[in-house]
Amino acid sequence: MSTRLATGGRLLTKDKPVTFRFNGKQLRGYEGDTLASALLANDQMLVGRSFKYHRPRGIVASGAEEPNGLVNMGDEGKFEPNQRVTTTELFDGLSATSQNHWPSLEFDVGVINKYMSRFMPAGFYYKTFMYPRAFWKHVYEPFIRQAAGLGKAPKARDVDTYEHYHAFCDVLVIGGGVAGLLAAKTAAQSGAKVMLIEQTAHWGGRAPVDGGTVDGDPVEDFVEKTVAELASMENVTLRNRTMGAGVYDHGYVLGYERLTDHAPEAAGPRHRLWRVRAGHIITATGAIERPLSFAGNDIPGVMLASAVRDYVANWGVSIGDRTVIVTNNDDAYLTAFALKFAGLEVPAIVDARPAGDESPAMAQAKALGLRVLHGHGIAKVKGNKRVTGVAICAQAGEGAVLEEITCDAVAMSGGWSPVVHLWSHCGGKLAWDDAQAFFKPDRDKAPTGADGAGFVTAAGAASGALILSDALGDAHAAGQAAAKAAGFTARKTKAPKGETPAEAPMLPVWMMPQGASAPLRAKAWLDYQNDVKVSDVQLAAREGFESVEHAKRYTTLGMATDQGKLSNINGLATLAGALDTPIPQVGTTTFRPPYTPISMGAIGGEARAEVFQPIRRTPMHDWHDTNGADWEPVGHWRRPYAFVRDGESTHDAVMREVVNTRQNLGLLDASTLGKLVVKGPDAGKFLDMLYTNMMSTLKPGKCRYGLMCSENGFLIDDGVVARIDEDTFLCHTTTGGAERIHGHMEEWLQTEWWDWKVYVANVTEQYAQVAVVGPNARKVLEKLGGMDVSKEALGFMEWADGEIGGFKARVYRISFSGELSYEIAVDAGQGQAFWDALMAAGAEFGAMPYGTECLHILRAEKGFIMIGDETDGTIIPQDLGLNWAISKKKEDYLGKRAQARSHMTDPERWKLVGLETVDGSTLPDGAYAAGEGVNANGQRNVIGRVTSTYHSPTLGRGIAMGLVLHGPDRMGEVISFPGTDGKTYEARIVDPVFYDKEGEKQNV
Amino acid sequence: MLILTCPMCGVTAEETEFHGGGEAHLKRFGPGSSEDEFEGYLFMRENPKGVHFERWRHANGCGKWFHAARCTTTLEVFGTYAAQTYEPPAEIKAVISDKRPGWRWREHS
Ligand SMILES: [Zn+2]
Repeated sequence: MSTRLATGGRLLTKDKPVTFRFNGKQLRGYEGDTLASALLANDQMLVGRSFKYHRPRGIVASGAEEPNGLVNMGDEGKFEPNQRVTTTELFDGLSATSQNHWPSLEFDVGVINKYMSRFMPAGFYYKTFMYPRAFWKHVYEPFIRQAAGLGKAPKARDVDTYEHYHAFCDVLVIGGGVAGLLAAKTAAQSGAKVMLIEQTAHWGGRAPVDGGTVDGDPVEDFVEKTVAELASMENVTLRNRTMGAGVYDHGYVLGYERLTDHAPEAAGPRHRLWRVRAGHIITATGAIERPLSFAGNDIPGVMLASAVRDYVANWGVSIGDRTVIVTNNDDAYLTAFALKFAGLEVPAIVDARPAGDESPAMAQAKALGLRVLHGHGIAKVKGNKRVTGVAICAQAGEGAVLEEITCDAVAMSGGWSPVVHLWSHCGGKLAWDDAQAFFKPDRDKAPTGADGAGFVTAAGAASGALILSDALGDAHAAGQAAAKAAGFTARKTKAPKGETPAEAPMLPVWMMPQGASAPLRAKAWLDYQNDVKVSDVQLAAREGFESVEHAKRYTTLGMATDQGKLSNINGLATLAGALDTPIPQVGTTTFRPPYTPISMGAIGGEARAEVFQPIRRTPMHDWHDTNGADWEPVGHWRRPYAFVRDGESTHDAVMREVVNTRQNLGLLDASTLGKLVVKGPDAGKFLDMLYTNMMSTLKPGKCRYGLMCSENGFLIDDGVVARIDEDTFLCHTTTGGAERIHGHMEEWLQTEWWDWKVYVANVTEQYAQVAVVGPNARKVLEKLGGMDVSKEALGFMEWADGEIGGFKARVYRISFSGELSYEIAVDAGQGQAFWDALMAAGAEFGAMPYGTECLHILRAEKGFIMIGDETDGTIIPQDLGLNWAISKKKEDYLGKRAQARSHMTDPERWKLVGLETVDGSTLPDGAYAAGEGVNANGQRNVIGRVTSTYHSPTLGRGIAMGLVLHGPDRMGEVISFPGTDGKTYEARIVDPVFYDKEGEKQNV
Repeated sequence: MLILTCPMCGVTAEETEFHGGGEAHLKRFGPGSSEDEFEGYLFMRENPKGVHFERWRHANGCGKWFHAARCTTTLEVFGTYAAQTYEPPAEIKAVISDKRPGWRWREHS
């Protein structure tokens, strides 16, 4: 069993005990514990179940590479799944539960999958769930859904806050181990602005556990001294608990700082996302130990040798009373010594390397009386939920058992792999190191910046320098190189001298024993979280998935939440073995950010709730809000959908607004409509290119409705253009279109017709605009007094400047409703006062405000199209019967050539018509009209669709517009629209103008 | 996230300040052009591994369009220049020739 030792634990504050809960059970730990070390101290080795077979899973590692120890943390608004126990700092009151099991961690019914494992090989999902198709809905999908997904999705709203920080530095050092500390110091001595980030709460990385001396002093002293030096330098920023999440183009880095995860009661944001621009980046991200592939290497109690050592040294926790060490290198011997010194049993060091020259580590083992079995391996680990022993075999053989050793823990080491993720994120290439059997950064192929020079340098173990003395020399050089790359002159200093005992070479071991039989290979795990075994990768290779990227997806190797930090190298070495190809030729899969998962909260930062996106408000916004506005988002604006009175439903309000506007007087806040001033000697010529109509012939004082198309020919916007004077036009755009159309105009002016003399200005927010609509429109304006708004002085489709009720106003006689209508623009600052004046003066004429839904019904009754309803980016004006708005005289306009393409002139294109239900009901929005016969997929052919549909109170029936095959030639024909409600709606094809076809009402 | 320098206002800024506009130096074909010419103008684009010429707009800055010559594989930026030109300027081509001898892009080299 695992337990807390009486002594040791360099990171613990033993006078600060802490209580926490795991699966409801109250447990005790100390400040300084991780959740992993505290669980192990309480003999809670079993932490979860694997994804596919629901195998019992124990803690394997002590850091970010942990694949198994993922738990649900917290409750309600602080609930978060998939939190890694090895990187979760313990705090008083912590509450965690294990995941991926049912009904309990100890007894799991999904474990049945384990017994089916021979029926669930690699690619199982691809092979099995294909046929019969009918099984998908009721058999396969429910099964997959139940099995899929780790953890639970949070249900409550996140109660924590998050923030973004922007930072700039000359040199960013990622990783605060000895290499990172030294590199940061060396770079900072040049005067460069340096930032050093470290993912854990502690500086020094592995070195204090692994030992050695620097310039004659213990390495721990070197760490302490260097941190103090860095802290005292003004040009250095130190952040611990901050992970380098990703390296991106041109020296952009995301850092992920966990501010209060270890102290949830503390004030302030929980996480901070650092958005760093660095002149040069040093990745001092260390190395990760590799597991060995032997049968039963996933049984709880089998752990990385370095992790076993960490738990003893850092947290005073023993993993077991009797630990067998299995290794292919000298480093794991340190674990044996640490256990021995802690008074624990090490029955054997199983060393895959044949006996050879004795290294200092081997000599020390002998001196301590440890039994070393050279040239041996583990045939099989015994046990189920916990290790009970190991069977020993010859490494060279097929696994014949020579001896069994009783033990309750196994510490394994398959060598080390540099953490190359951050080097690789932005295109840094890797080189294979044959002697140490790992990929390391290829110095000559660093990711390149804007100037074409490399902007990342790897340092220490991350660059392949695993030995302390090498790592310090390498880090010192990296610090100097980074300072130089950032434009500083490095100070002439000497690298400190590190000393550790010499090591015998490691021996690459990709399978244990090397000739393991098929049953053994089927129990040798590569990916613990996703249940990928040696046999799966070999099967993938046999079935032709030879590319490492294909094999990864076929087997799901390295696709779990740990992203293969432990499994990748062993997996691709296995693939290389199966393909009989050298490892470097097989290559690696792509490393993608983030290095470990970061919270969605941190990505969002402050951008949530009200500040997620700013809301644009018209000058009359507050009035609308206090007068019953039912808000509708339109672009970034909010517009009243309707003004709902007490006791009214929204639908009632809309109906009332339509009737009142048609019979009396309606007021619409039209301030959101885009207003672009186009000015210059070539303005007319320019607008002739932008609109399908002729705008250059428009007389000053007149208005014209215009259509705008993209170069593809498709409608992108519409609106009324007013000619202000010879050189000046005012173009109205749709509410959502102002910025887009402004950009569209600028693009063509700057990049195609740059010699034309035209300026464009977006004056949308300079004006408040009110549509005064209805038979009483003129009466209210005359009552307010001022300019002449009579039919004679201001005819339909004319505009004039003047004064109304004392307000400076520009009045357009345009109508989107078919009624007598004036759109009046006043200075934005006068908008509310003008609105108030209209409401007061209009009271006796039945003035009421109306919203966007009323606007829609009014325009639909008149058969006016709406961009975004009748158009969807694939509609040309000719589809909508708008040929009258397309100039035949112009040689060119944007979209003209495209509209001549064969598909655009195809008579089979659906055309706009009006639709009237036979029974007066309202057609469902977006419904398709069914035609004769079926298509190749056996679905009914469609011959049209509804683009706008409303109940018209004016006509007392449902009206709609739609696009229908040969529609304009089929007037009077009844077609049917099957609804999603099971009903079929019969509608007659009619003219789209339902109301006042002659336009008498607007022209009075 | 790239860093680009706007040649119109001189500001060096993050990619988020700019808006990409696709391939540069397209020749517009309008009414009267052949189906092939129009198809080429509207749809056919270079997709090079290496030297490329792109349109960018300093959308959250001065609002001006400009062109950037850059390498799509190494992310190196050879230079930015005003959009009011029909082909890459000689000095930009000289920079590219210096760093990528023998480069070709459409009819340019
Ligand atoms: Zn600019």
